[in-house]
Amino acid sequence: MGIEVEADGLTKSFGRHTVWRDVSLTLPAGEISVMLGPSGTGKTVFLKTLVGLVRPERGRVVINGVDIVSCRERQLYRTRRLMGVMFQDGALFGSMNLYDNIAFPLREHTRRNERQIRSIVEEKMAMVGLSGAESKLPGEISGGMRKRAGLARALVLDPEFILCDEPDSGLDPVRTAYLSQLLIDLNAQIDATILIVTHNIQMARTVPDNIGMLYRRQLVTFGPREVLLTSDEPVVAQFLNGRRSGPIGMSEEKDAAATAAEAMTEPDLDDVRGVVPQLTPTPGQPYRQAAARRQERVMRILHQLPPAAQQGILAGRHEVSHERTG
Amino acid sequence: MNALAETGRVFTLAAQVARMSFTTRPQVRETVEQFWFIASVTILPAALVSIPFGAVIALQVGSLTRQLGAESFTGAASVLAIVQQASPLVTALLVAGAGGSAICADLGARTIREEMDAMEVMGISPVQRLVVPRVHAAMGVAVLLNGLVSTVGVVGGYFFNVIMQNGTPGAYLASFSALAHLPDLWVSEIKALIFGFIAGVVAANRGISAKGGPKGVGDAVNQSVVLAFLLLFFVNLVITAIYLRVVPPKGA
Repeated sequence: MGIEVEADGLTKSFGRHTVWRDVSLTLPAGEISVMLGPSGTGKTVFLKTLVGLVRPERGRVVINGVDIVSCRERQLYRTRRLMGVMFQDGALFGSMNLYDNIAFPLREHTRRNERQIRSIVEEKMAMVGLSGAESKLPGEISGGMRKRAGLARALVLDPEFILCDEPDSGLDPVRTAYLSQLLIDLNAQIDATILIVTHNIQMARTVPDNIGMLYRRQLVTFGPREVLLTSDEPVVAQFLNGRRSGPIGMSEEKDAAATAAEAMTEPDLDDVRGVVPQLTPTPGQPYRQAAARRQERVMRILHQLPPAAQQGILAGRHEVSHERTG
Repeated sequence: MNALAETGRVFTLAAQVARMSFTTRPQVRETVEQFWFIASVTILPAALVSIPFGAVIALQVGSLTRQLGAESFTGAASVLAIVQQASPLVTALLVAGAGGSAICADLGARTIREEMDAMEVMGISPVQRLVVPRVHAAMGVAVLLNGLVSTVGVVGGYFFNVIMQNGTPGAYLASFSALAHLPDLWVSEIKALIFGFIAGVVAANRGISAKGGPKGVGDAVNQSVVLAFLLLFFVNLVITAIYLRVVPPKGA
């Protein structure tokens, strides 16, 4: 099963600019979580903090019992073997072809022979739809392919904690949908904890078990998906609907006059808030155990949640139990 | 403040590389590839630079010794100058200028493409996997190149002294051992080894801390070459001073 990841009181700034302060959350073991936020709110910095690439000024990140902010380097490297990270641009090694890129972690960390490596690499490449592109160099393929190759490379060591930095950017809507389904299937297969950093609304509504949102240098909310999807907070509502009217401006924040003016001019679009059914594994895949675990967990804290979220959860409960028997 | 932090980073990296040279599994393949690469970009320029360098020293020393009436020491003086000073410096300039700039550009490009981050999150230390082999390669190439430059320089000096200045071939060769002795060659090779280390570490440090896109890589390469040159000349001064104190000159 995947591992629980706990962030506690994280604060990060670059010079005088505070990226975010006092971010505390727990990614439940084996569940899929999404971190939303407008561009430039430090989502990627947050992801890099969780894997120890960025050192926060304050706070702890506890993974598998190790505080990766303060632990020794050797322990940090050992803990990182449990993680698979898919970077924004794939971060493939430019001097190696796709096959060698994806085989790289296996060659460095395991004593498998070349035949075993080949079978694992080919399996993962087929999984992300890259069969036949083994000998291509990263410079010769499209951004979407690089991303998928980056995901394949993140998966070869069977990680227990998978982090995806904007998996959808640069992908068309169809490929994004496939990728969403892939992440769900992956979670069903290996039961890893998954964190997705994105600003894709469709993905955020249908994939995760939990959603958080970073805005104005803090964590606005983090909790079961129903909480954010039914939230009344203006920031959340604006973001989910992709509207101009709301507190988020082009640069960062905006003043009241501009807000009022925009509310007048913007056409009244449909409100897309509300709980939509979560994706389920493709038929033939194993049952996603995280769904059951999550339901149990959420039912225990149900009374603490806002009424709208409670309704959403209770409505969705039927689906989970139905899927289990079906 | 910035300069202090930078100095600290260079020293940290140097210490890390030195420690990892003994504590981690050597990356043989990467080291050999880098060695081959650095050698291939430095051998020809080194040979071409060392011929006129040897000649200039021979000419200068030749005319000086003639004025002093010590013509029989021409060979000895120019060999000392070439082996002890000129050769390690020419080697260092080429390893830092041609090899170091390539190392810095390569690592810098990898850094801005997040390849370093990717490697780190795979649980692989980029210092161990990439920097250590490059520094070792730079050191190895510097030591071997130093031999080449010394030889070519001395031969060039001989040629110019004997052919252009009508020196006596026998006297030139015979005087080699009058002033020069074996420790001169050792210190020359030790210098080359240290220069290779410095050139490699400085280039790698600028490379892995490159930021700001392709322009950042260009800036990093530029800084690494200038910084390496400054350090090399300064370290050369220190080593020479210590050597002249510790090892008495022949015949003194």
